[in-house]
Amino acid sequence: MPVIPFLILFPFVVAVLMYCIRVNKIRNFIAYISSVIIMAAVGILTVQWALGGAGNIYLYNETHLADTAILVAEAVLMIFVTILCIKYRKYWISLLSIVPTLMMMYVELYGKKTEISHIHVDHLSILMCLIVGVIGGLIVIYAVGYMHGYHHHHTDIPDRRYYFFMLLFVFLGAMFGFVLSESLLWIDFFWELTSICSFLLIGYTKESVAVTNSFRALWMNLMGGTALAIGIMYFNMTDGDMSLTYLVQQGVELSPFAAIPIALIAFAALTKAAQLPFSTWLIGAMVAPTPSSALLHSATMVKAGIYILFRLSPAMRGNTTGMMISLIGGFTFLITSVMAIAQSDGKKVLAFSTISNLGLMVACAGMGRPETIWAGVFLMIFHAISKSLLFQDVGATENALHSRDVEDMHGLLYILPRLAIFMFIGIAGMFLAPFGMLIAKWSAFKASVDSENILMVFFIAFGSATTSFYWTKWMGKIISHTHLTEQRIKDITKTNEVISLTVHAVLMIALCMSFPILSKIYVSPLLIEMFGYSDDVLPTEVLIMLVIIILFVFAVPLMAFIYSKKQKTNVKLSYMNGVNTGANRAFVDSFGEPKTLWLSNYYFHKVIGQRKLMIPSQLFTVAILIVMMIMIIGGAK
Amino acid sequence: MNQTIAVICYIILAPIIGGLLEGLDRKVSARMQRRVGPPLLQPFYDVIKLMKKQVIVVSPAQTFALISYFALMLLTGSMFFAGMDILLCFFVMSTAATFLYFAAVISSSPYATVGANRELIQMMAYEPAVLLSCVGFYLIEGTFNVGEIAFSKTTDIIYLPGFFVAFVFILTIKMRKSPFDTSTSHHMHQEIVKGLTTEMGAQNLAIFQVTEWYENVFLMGVIGLFIMNGTTTNIIIAVVVILLTYFLEILIDNTSARMKTDMMLKLSWGVTLFSAGVNLLVLMLVR
Amino acid sequence: MAKVKRSPWLLHYDGSSCNGCDIEVLAALTPVYDAERFGVMNTGDPMQADIFMITGGINTQNAEVVKQLYDQMPRPKVVVAVGVCACTGGVFKDCYNILGGADSVIPVDIYVPGCAARPQAIIDGVVKAVELFQQRSDEHDKLVKQGGRPDAAKDAVKEDKEVSNG
Repeated sequence: MPVIPFLILFPFVVAVLMYCIRVNKIRNFIAYISSVIIMAAVGILTVQWALGGAGNIYLYNETHLADTAILVAEAVLMIFVTILCIKYRKYWISLLSIVPTLMMMYVELYGKKTEISHIHVDHLSILMCLIVGVIGGLIVIYAVGYMHGYHHHHTDIPDRRYYFFMLLFVFLGAMFGFVLSESLLWIDFFWELTSICSFLLIGYTKESVAVTNSFRALWMNLMGGTALAIGIMYFNMTDGDMSLTYLVQQGVELSPFAAIPIALIAFAALTKAAQLPFSTWLIGAMVAPTPSSALLHSATMVKAGIYILFRLSPAMRGNTTGMMISLIGGFTFLITSVMAIAQSDGKKVLAFSTISNLGLMVACAGMGRPETIWAGVFLMIFHAISKSLLFQDVGATENALHSRDVEDMHGLLYILPRLAIFMFIGIAGMFLAPFGMLIAKWSAFKASVDSENILMVFFIAFGSATTSFYWTKWMGKIISHTHLTEQRIKDITKTNEVISLTVHAVLMIALCMSFPILSKIYVSPLLIEMFGYSDDVLPTEVLIMLVIIILFVFAVPLMAFIYSKKQKTNVKLSYMNGVNTGANRAFVDSFGEPKTLWLSNYYFHKVIGQRKLMIPSQLFTVAILIVMMIMIIGGAK
Repeated sequence: MNQTIAVICYIILAPIIGGLLEGLDRKVSARMQRRVGPPLLQPFYDVIKLMKKQVIVVSPAQTFALISYFALMLLTGSMFFAGMDILLCFFVMSTAATFLYFAAVISSSPYATVGANRELIQMMAYEPAVLLSCVGFYLIEGTFNVGEIAFSKTTDIIYLPGFFVAFVFILTIKMRKSPFDTSTSHHMHQEIVKGLTTEMGAQNLAIFQVTEWYENVFLMGVIGLFIMNGTTTNIIIAVVVILLTYFLEILIDNTSARMKTDMMLKLSWGVTLFSAGVNLLVLMLVR
Repeated sequence: MAKVKRSPWLLHYDGSSCNGCDIEVLAALTPVYDAERFGVMNTGDPMQADIFMITGGINTQNAEVVKQLYDQMPRPKVVVAVGVCACTGGVFKDCYNILGGADSVIPVDIYVPGCAARPQAIIDGVVKAVELFQQRSDEHDKLVKQGGRPDAAKDAVKEDKEVSNG
């Protein structure tokens, strides 16, 4: 399939073009065209694969040229990171790049060599390609408009859009490479590449906060990369094979060589998926411009960690690694959703909620049963779309409103109706019955009861309560009635941003509707491929019932809306003990002067704020990680 | 066929039963305070009066949110009495509750907003216990299906006493009884006026009231589910237990002072963790 | 058909008074006298109230408040002025800040005299108010049935003018 090398290489070519072309209009045009081409290529790949029987396809056994290229690229990356570390006086971080790269080079040049294929196409990688291609493409389209507004609004930041778009495309190429690779060496290379893209994008503004946060992201991700490299080297030295499928198979067969590499790779996945104790990098990453937050830090890159955990999950079922992963994931799900309550910055809420949902996916992978992976896959699909929609929407809102604080979104529905509706759809998709996320959460719940994982049952029961708390209060803010419309705020959202938002919203609703079909024709085969069998987590009747309820839930508000439009009503002032000035937003104070009223949500930041909870929970998870890793290395089953 | 009858019965009878229960509630409360109390049918008089009054709103969207709340609660109860998945029922119920929250905050009124925010905390307080009760049923019966749980041979409460305690505890929150009536105040002259319902007058208040009745009947149904084991005599026991639970709620209501929301949250989570948690552990160990 | 008079909900506002009548009204609403057996509820919310009980006179500061509370009540509604201050301004009538009785800002239906008003008088006033409430409600129903716009329609009492909010 020549479309696969095209998919991996084409973004890199575009990236070079992006860097070279300094005329905005031409570059934007090329960005549009290429993102459409990428989406089309993903489509072609999917169709070809589906026509070819939609099975496991292993390709490219002889890849000397590519191997050499990757070797060179690894060296270049290492030098580049080292230079940057020296420039910003973070010398020790460079070690985290140098050591694993040298290890990989050693394995490449002197390690045991076996005949393996380098590319593997199956249901899971096609799913990842679709997510990366479609959402990534849309976000690039969005970014063209967004970055225009961003630099219009932030005049103090040097306009380096050529650099920004270059990184976006490099990242897309790296992601495709990552999800399609079968060779562990390739996986490691693309893994490091995505980490570095993320690092550079966080530092885009070059402000001191951005630099600090970007280095934090860098060292955490590189530490994961180091663990990955150690794991791969260990496997190479003991077993000798370099293929991921083989590794997982060995893990399932309880080979003595596989347990440690699997634990190390799972550890690496924890850093990438920003689980506790590594969550701080993702929160710091919110200083980056919104498209990169949407693309890297919620929709795709952090999903790389989840992807690799899903791959490993058959080998994690019921052993110490699985216990560690599901414990960390479940704990992260609960604690970060509690911390999200205390946030009022829209992007921070999204960041915490991303970590929290990733935690649930990680826990699903850790339990390693078909039912949990079923739930995890759906969580991944719906989370990617909803979050990408929400990030883009918050970004567009910020450009218009000059604030992304949830408190400032009071009555957004009346100020920026279009964006508010998108935001509403996105949030509804995140937690409200019967949208996708909730159904997936439900099946995760059911699966953890089935697997008698009592801790997970508690994590999910309490975590879903806290999750709905912070989403509901945000939704309430958006729809609150306001009379502040006299200060007109212009909706400066560009057409391309709206296109991307609309496609996301439509996609989300369409996917919710086609839930049963999706489950039957895609996710069940995926599970069979992975585990050899698949359980119907939720029987088809229930799923169809769910679709009916979805229709009902859409129809009820619509009918209620029409009814309430028709109804003759008398509009009264809201009750303020009789001293409402007549605007519903102000009252007469004891001096007889009008006083504006501010309504705020509860945040409890003094009780459950990040400052209060982050360090204890980090300590706790570090302790779990250390204990469990020692147990695994010590040979516990 | 049976399902259809059950659903129709629920839709027609629930407001009547709910209203009567509330009338009984007011009567018994009055007797506890050595008063005569209003007639049994007082709640119906109130609702009829409210329906007859001029339609008023603060924001026209209130009615929209309230009707959605009503319809979704009706759906919840219908699904329950049709014997469908109990988790699904509670998920739809939480969506209904979200619409109630919207109905309150949409007005942007200070008292209603404070009440609504407290309602959110209440939702956070009761949700874990609700989900865990479903888990309890699942562990005993191996299914979330209400019909199968109700007509199976086992009396669930024998195995689920901890879950029952947790559920009754959060029932106080759900039924807006003191000490947890933080989001709406049923008694006069309190600090948030009428809380959540401050901006609901006339028809809107009537919708709210009737929905509460539907909700109470649904919740009582869940209490009954703990008892049901498929025999006929058992139904009588279930009714007795339901009435006793209701009486207990009235007793709690009349003998306790209202609590702060954070206390409520800690207490209800504590009780849930402790009683449901211990019960769950024992169940999983015994199995 | 149930009569609306079985469910009169009160809103009580204390204007510029010596608090004598205020205390009398509240005392009559305590569980001791069990007003709830007649369906009476003391609600603090004008949106849910049917009968507006006002004690004390109207001064420059509370005039707007009383108007607004009255306006927030849905029709049909009845106003009861309890005590001589609410009826005419009472002993404070000639004070620099007193505008007069409650009827200086809103239409009053029932006047309950007394300083302070006797409990018997208050109950008598409420009973009269309840009857009037029933009567207005019937007229309101008739208007609704005729398909007229009850929202715009004036109630039967001619003093009941639309009070605009300042």
